[in-house]
Parts: sequence; C-alpha cells; structure tokens
Amino acid sequence: MTFLEIKNLLIQKFGDQVILQEVPGLQPQLVVAAYEIVDVCSFLKNNANTFFDSLSCITALDNSTVEQSFDIIYHLYSIPHEHHLIIKVTIDRGNENIQPNIDSISSVYRTADWHEREAFDFFGIIFNKHPDLRRILLPSDWEGFPLRKDYQQQKYYHGIEVASVATSDTKI
Amino acid sequence: MSKNAIQYVYHPENFDKSDPLLTQLSDLKSQEMIINLGPQHPSTHGVLRLEVVTDGEMIVKVIPHMGYLHRCFEKHAENLPYNQIIPFVDRLDYAAAMNSEHIYAMGVERMLGIEKNIPPRIEYIRVLVAELNRLSSHFLGVGAYAMDIGAFTPFLWMMRDREHINRLLEWVSGARMLYNYIWIGGLYYDLPVGFEARCLEFVHYLKPRLVELQKLVMENQIFIHRTANIGVLPLDMAINYGVTGPMLRASGLRYDLRKVDAYSVYPEIDFDIPIGEGKMGQVGDCWDRTSVRVEECWQSLRIIEQCIEKLTSVHARTNAFDPQAMLPKKIRPQKMDFYCRGESPKGELGFFFRHNTNFDIPARCKVRSPCFSNLSVISEITQGAMLADLIAILGSVDFIMGEVDR
Repeated sequence: MTFLEIKNLLIQKFGDQVILQEVPGLQPQLVVAAYEIVDVCSFLKNNANTFFDSLSCITALDNSTVEQSFDIIYHLYSIPHEHHLIIKVTIDRGNENIQPNIDSISSVYRTADWHEREAFDFFGIIFNKHPDLRRILLPSDWEGFPLRKDYQQQKYYHGIEVASVATSDTKI
Repeated sequence: MSKNAIQYVYHPENFDKSDPLLTQLSDLKSQEMIINLGPQHPSTHGVLRLEVVTDGEMIVKVIPHMGYLHRCFEKHAENLPYNQIIPFVDRLDYAAAMNSEHIYAMGVERMLGIEKNIPPRIEYIRVLVAELNRLSSHFLGVGAYAMDIGAFTPFLWMMRDREHINRLLEWVSGARMLYNYIWIGGLYYDLPVGFEARCLEFVHYLKPRLVELQKLVMENQIFIHRTANIGVLPLDMAINYGVTGPMLRASGLRYDLRKVDAYSVYPEIDFDIPIGEGKMGQVGDCWDRTSVRVEECWQSLRIIEQCIEKLTSVHARTNAFDPQAMLPKKIRPQKMDFYCRGESPKGELGFFFRHNTNFDIPARCKVRSPCFSNLSVISEITQGAMLADLIAILGSVDFIMGEVDR
C-alpha cells in the first residue's frame, strides 16, 4: 500500500481527531495523537492489508526548550508487503511535577522494549505500562537526561571529575 | 582537570548504585542463585554484563546490563559536522567499519540528493571494500565462537585469514580497522595500483580455506553437538524483537536488505541469500546461525569477484578519475527528517537524521544498531537452557558491544 492509502485507511478507522496531519517530504510522516498510539500500532500490525510486522526504530527528539515538546518517531516496516510507515508523535515537555509521558507500545512490538528504555535514558520520557523502565546505557545513578537541550552536566560522578563536552555554542 | 586531582573516591556502594541487580535476593527460591557473568569475561565478546538466575545448572532468567562501552555517540554527533561524524561511525561496529561508513555516507548523500551522481567506479569500490570487511567480520564472529565453545584452532586460522583482509584494507586506507575511507560523495583515495590483482589472489587463496573451515568447524561432531538444537529462535519471535541479519535468516526468512532495498550497485551483482534450513537440528538454532555466516562468506567472495571484474574492465582506473571530485563543499541538506538503512554484517543498520539548521551539523543523528535489537532477544532464547549453553547462545548472536552501547 502507498502512504496515501494507509493514511486514508487510518482516517477511516480512527478519524481525524487521532490522525492529525501529514508531514510531506522525502519520507512523509503521519502525525498521530499520543493517547491512541498503542491502538494505531496494533491496528496496523493486525490488519491483513497493512501488516506492519516489524518496528525498525524508535527515535526521540527534543524540539528545543522554546517549543516545549518532544517528538517520538516510529519507523514501521512490513516484511511481506515491503512498505514503510513513519509515525510521528509530539508530546508535551512537562515540568517539575509532571514528566513527559506516553503509552508504551512494547506490548505490540517487543523491539520497542529496549528502544523505549533508551529514550527514557536520554530524554527522561516516561513510557506508561512499560514492563521494565530502567536506564539502559547510562549508570543508574547518573543525573539528568543528556540529550535534552537544557541538560546540565554534573560536575562529579562518584568523585570522578566529569570531562566537559563541547556545547553547541562552540560551533564552527 | 588539575594534575593532582583525585580521580576516584572508593566507596563500597558505588557499584551497586551505578548498576544494581534487578533480582532481589529475597525473591529467590531456595534452589536458585544469581551468577554474575561479565563485564570482563572473554566469552561475552566485549563488556556485556549478564545477571543470570540459575536453578542448579538450568537457567531461570538472564538479564543483560549494558553501557560499559557507552561513548556518547549521539551526544557527540550533536556538535559535529556530517563529515566529521564518519570516524565516530567507524567506532560503532569496529569489526565492520566499512559497512557502517557505506550506509552512513549513503544516507547523507540521499539527503543531499546527490546519490545518483556518484560515479559507478566509486560505488563498486565501496561495495568491494564493504564485502571484504563483511568477510573479516564473519571470520571474527565464527572464529571467536568456535573458541567460546572450546575449539582453539579455528580461532587462530580465522585470525590468520582475517589478517590478509586487514592488510589489504590497510593498503587501501592506511588503517587496519577504523578506516575513514568512504567519504560523503566519494572516497578518500582511489584503490592503490595493483590492488585488484592482489585482491583476486586473496580470493583464490581463501576458497580452499573456507572448505577447510567447513570441515573443521561446521561438520565437526563436537561442534554439532554443542550447537544443534540449542538456542532455537522461532521466526515470529525474531521478527517481533526486531532481529535482523544472519540471525533472522537463520530462522528461515530470506530477507536481506541488499536485495530488498537494492541499494548501491547490489542490483547489478549476482548473489544468493543463504538461510537456515535446520540441517543438523531445528531451524534457527546456533548451528544454523553459524552456518549462515559461513555461507555468506562464499557469497561475499562472489560479490568481490564480480566487483573486481567490473573494476578492471568497464570501470577501470583512468588518470582522469578523481574519487574526491564529487565531494560536496558544504554538506547542507534541506530541513528534513531522514532514515536510511542498509545491511551490515550483523543486520539492519539504520541512521536517523534530523536537519533543521543552516549549519553542516545534524540536529540529531540516531543509530538503529542491529546488535542492540539482536541482543534483546537473548533473555527469551536462553530460558530453560543449561548454563554451559548460555555461552554457546551468546556467541551465536555475534554482537559487538561498541554498537550496542554506542
């Protein structure tokens, strides 16, 4: 199926309250409302026409502190039909009291398990109903979430001075 | 840091705080115990730490702990121009750097829209070196695997043959493992004079060695007993966990991105995709996974031969050929998100880029590493296995921690 056919199928099923818009480009993306992400994914996986049986990648991105939001991008791929779909979800950045959160799709795709842990590790996004949401690459007692734009690096870790990383101010 | 600064303050709780066990001692049944495997253990192929709950010799649960080789690739990539990221890409899968470079360069070229302008000679050289590197990666995988389960000779033999590849690639690029040879829009340098002939000589040298490997390892009764019917990975589980590469093919699916996506010059080249057939046991067991890797070596040799054939006839070396002619002066794509994937020796390697500035620097460069997803299936396929088989299963996954931890 082409991107347009999949989009129409999804709008038919979920309506335009859930399937918000399309981001055109070399690889068009479909913007989906965050609260329905699990239903959309399991529909796409179980429908015989779409049959997206594998999840290639989950990428989290920080849209800057001005926009106050995170993007999460899901790359779905169907091995028998050989078609792609890129789903984009934008979630609120949250504040001191409420952390950014979204439902975990690890019940649909087990690939998501570790990829979501990675997104939690680097961005502090909470995946609700995740079976085992811990830091995956960084030490458990590391402070802060390094890929956030407002990340402040800690000075010492277990008494070791942490080497400073070049910031985006020192760009060429 | 000042010269006399204290570099580490020892505290007995430091280790527990930084990487605590997931299993509580109070939850264990009376027969069970926790065995900590790694991070410094030769059979974990790097610095993987496994928390193994066993009941006697039976494995109840395996929990991987990663991050001991985390080098902040994605954080560094936030501040580096596209061309300067390539040396970092080398260090992801350090056993197959050419393949990673090839896929990375391809992704950026597609973003710039120049992938159709790359001269075919450059693409053939890229495929040639990438396939040489695939051979070297599989040699390391199979050799180290044989050593894991107790056979020392294959490791030495594989290292001997891998040395030839390392030296060939050193001749090409100046480095043995981390090349920085494939650049965006071209190559660092043309092939050295006489390389094609030497490479063909190597292909002829290697063929009898692969037959030897088949007899020494794959048809060895001890090896078969250690690997057949062990760690069986069913196809549906493999797909659901995002397993790709030789591991997925060993589970019986003919799926190779070189054929599926038909990128670079692979559609012009004739080669087959070996899959696991359960010759010695069930489909998707450790033997199948190793067998697929050995079969892929034969296919890589076929690809190399065809590349050399083209590089000495249709796309032969000329004085006017400049591999750096197409290099973009400024790497500034349109503002966009882009995902590019390709087949590395371990599976589907993907790069996700977001470009939203007017600099040469990507806003985000995320790696979808094959080893990361392949390793995530480990706790499923080791369930109920024997402790000694855990090593056999781990080795058959053939992961590189540099790519898991990034």
